[in-house]
Amino acid sequence: MSEKSLKDYLDELPKSIVEQIDQVSSKMKLNEKQKEQLTKEVIKEYFKSAFQPGEAIGIISAQSISEPATQMTMRTYHFAASAGIQVTLGLPRLIEIFDARKEPTTPAMTIYLKQKYNTKEKAEEFAKSIKEKKVKYFAKSVSIDLTNKKIKIELDKIKKSELTEVIEKLTKQLKDFKVKELTNAISIEANQNMSIKDLEKWKRKILSFYVSGIQNIKNTAIIKEGENWVIKTLGSNLEKIFQLEEVDTTKSYSNNIHEVASILGIEAARTILIKEIIDTLKQQGLNVDERHITLVADIMTLTGEIRAVGRYGVAGTQSSVLARAGFEETIKHLVKASVRNEVDDFEGIFDNVMINQQVPVGTGMFELISKIGEE
Amino acid sequence: MKIDVLSHELVPKHYIVSEEEKQKIKEKYKIDKDNKFPQIKAKDPVVKAIGAKPGDIIKIVRKSNVAKEIVYYRIVVE
Repeated sequence: MSEKSLKDYLDELPKSIVEQIDQVSSKMKLNEKQKEQLTKEVIKEYFKSAFQPGEAIGIISAQSISEPATQMTMRTYHFAASAGIQVTLGLPRLIEIFDARKEPTTPAMTIYLKQKYNTKEKAEEFAKSIKEKKVKYFAKSVSIDLTNKKIKIELDKIKKSELTEVIEKLTKQLKDFKVKELTNAISIEANQNMSIKDLEKWKRKILSFYVSGIQNIKNTAIIKEGENWVIKTLGSNLEKIFQLEEVDTTKSYSNNIHEVASILGIEAARTILIKEIIDTLKQQGLNVDERHITLVADIMTLTGEIRAVGRYGVAGTQSSVLARAGFEETIKHLVKASVRNEVDDFEGIFDNVMINQQVPVGTGMFELISKIGEE
Repeated sequence: MKIDVLSHELVPKHYIVSEEEKQKIKEKYKIDKDNKFPQIKAKDPVVKAIGAKPGDIIKIVRKSNVAKEIVYYRIVVE
């Protein structure tokens, strides 16, 4: 122990505590020896308050998150959604996060702009430009001429450049139709022997053709966050957004965890995961210690991919057969395990409870080994 | 245009760990096998950006509200 220097001691502590030690020692003008003494005392206290080996922290986390979550359902109705964009909140959102759905019910992005574009006018203009526009957006009215098999779309608020774009896109996609440009309207002539039912179908299809903007972005809203003009979007397409000049690619993010994982990596996804869970709980006025949520996020990202907390994720991939069978779908797991000749080595908690054995938790984790042949 | 992943504020700093340091980490956390490390995929954008290969240990310095900084290790897997 005596060879250890002050630095070695400090390495054992988290940075926030090290900084506090530095602060105190400079304030009290401690010398090197006294500082070492102080550090030793702090380490003693630190490890006293840390979890002991074998503590079932998973269960503590589960309770700490679930108990407040039971309060959520009751309170959900009392809170209105935040301004502009309506996103899923409360318990449904929390379930969605823990289930690690591929696509959240309301994907949303928060876009920050570069300093140059950080004015209200430019933000508004940008928000307008990224919104996905379909043919429907420009159409004022649509009429079908049944005798001549024609669809006529009257246009409104369209620029010349956009009109040519629309016509170009339509001609490309509609090979069996004749697309003609009229003043402030588009006429689409179908094959003469097309049935009326089909014509009606095509009308709907044509109206939902994508013209400009960024795909998937259904709505945008601008809000001011301190100095910054921030754009909130309904619908998410991080990849396309990051290609744009105006976007601050060091801050913008999406609430779709899988999307973040594929573009910014697993660690960024973990950060978003924690942020989303805390925000959802905070929004309901619930305060859960960050460390419980961090633990869940660490387990969910353990394999480098996002795993759900449940049957198909964390619980479904446990190594113990009995633990899996005891969770859900008992027969399926038992049959599969017997076909594959799996072995259960009874290292988990579930499996040991089942066979009435001491569980490897707390003091049960340790066993005594005697050294034979020694005095 | 390629996205500069490493400059994003959600992405903590990633470092590739040297072979010597790897042994020290294994000793400190009593890890006997490589597969007991938390994993990170080789196709992960950050792994690609820093040029790590499967088998490398990556040191991740995360920001934390509780402890300011937390060091975490992941092993690169296929």
